[in-house]
Amino acid sequence: MQNFMRDAAQFMPLLLQGLKFTILVTAGSLLLSSLLGLVWALMRVSGIAWLAMIAKLVVNTLRGIPILVQLFYLYFVMPEFGLRLTALEAAILGLGIAYSAYQSENFRAGIEAVDHGQIEAAQSIGMGWGLMMRRVVLPQAIKIILPPYGNIMIMMLKDSSQASTITVAELTLQGSLIASSTFKNMTVYTLVALLYLSMSLPLIAFVGWLERRFGKGTKR
Amino acid sequence: MSPAMIELGSVTKSFGTHQVLKGITASVERGEVVCLIGPSGSGKSTILRCINGLEAYDGGLVHIDGVKVDRDASSIVGIRTSMAMVFQRFNLFPHRTALENVVEGPIYVKKEPAAEATARGRDLLARVGLAAKIDAYPAQLSGGQMQRVAIARALAMQPKAILFDEPTSALDPELVGEVLEVMKSLAEEGMTMLVVTHEMGFAREVADRVLFLDQGVIVEEGSARELLSAPRNPRTQDFLRRVLRPI
Repeated sequence: MQNFMRDAAQFMPLLLQGLKFTILVTAGSLLLSSLLGLVWALMRVSGIAWLAMIAKLVVNTLRGIPILVQLFYLYFVMPEFGLRLTALEAAILGLGIAYSAYQSENFRAGIEAVDHGQIEAAQSIGMGWGLMMRRVVLPQAIKIILPPYGNIMIMMLKDSSQASTITVAELTLQGSLIASSTFKNMTVYTLVALLYLSMSLPLIAFVGWLERRFGKGTKR
Repeated sequence: MSPAMIELGSVTKSFGTHQVLKGITASVERGEVVCLIGPSGSGKSTILRCINGLEAYDGGLVHIDGVKVDRDASSIVGIRTSMAMVFQRFNLFPHRTALENVVEGPIYVKKEPAAEATARGRDLLARVGLAAKIDAYPAQLSGGQMQRVAIARALAMQPKAILFDEPTSALDPELVGEVLEVMKSLAEEGMTMLVVTHEMGFAREVADRVLFLDQGVIVEEGSARELLSAPRNPRTQDFLRRVLRPI
């Protein structure tokens, strides 16, 4: 145990550096995937056939290609087309775009679960599509969207480790570098696991808080 | 002569191969209360939904105060704000309080100043007997209370007419009276109303005219007293017999 604590103190600064990139990649790709996902979902439910078609095509293409391959494509192939990204940019962009497909399906499911009577009530007081989405549909869809959204957030936190494959020195990569140079596998990977857990647990609590916050008015 | 408030001319409407409306011609004058009765599936609700453009009609004409109802024209917003609708299942916004439900349209659609709309919203809720429930969410209200909020929401739009789509059909029997009472007082104040209903007592007492609809056709129309007490058409007679003596 003493050894563990001593090693931990020694490795922690390097691991925290990795943690910083893990947080950057997760936060960046979460934001991007949520925004893009909402765009795809709104296109799907817009009632305009060609918009819905495009969104469906994009979502199915993104879902059909492994995230790793998408990352490799962005980081290794795009430079040949003149798009040179840093590893961090490629990771955020790649994970953000890849995950937007899953976000979109979740958002769409939430939007379509809102009672059709709500849409008719909104229309009957003269609301247009945008106002109806903003004031009536989305606030109700959020409640349905949130639990799976929490899942996606946690999956993204963990999948940010895929950024290591394109040289982003995030938590997992830092850990495996330390492990391979010191052979203290148990200490290193225990610390890495604890650090991931220390981020996911607050995230889970945060989603729980959001669910309570947006659940107002629906329970007796 | 000014145009009728609601004017339908040979309106047809099909869902797939099933023709729901087979040439409906009818009108509702300013200040008139018209009840639409008939068996379920006869097209009553579809008529209401064509009037405020929730549903498109295939043929014929629907005019509101002289303006053609066209879902694709910009005039549809004006038509919808002037033809308020009260639904069978209330369709209140569950994430907003009673007062927020009532002022939603005035503030966000008609862009009225919030203070003014809120003051009127409070008055309207008081008028339907819900002054104490202003801050309650729909889930905290009974069916009758929810429907009264929905009527206040309709009134808040300051509509030219209100369309009621079976407003009491989803209510427990003991709650029907409070909603009908509010509707009756509206009628007495001169509100133009088109009401789809199975409440024959209400129709008899409040309606100026009653239309009997069966299989997409207006089979008979007349004053409430005349049509409900002495129907001439055998289909009307049969329907009323079944409604008034169900067993």
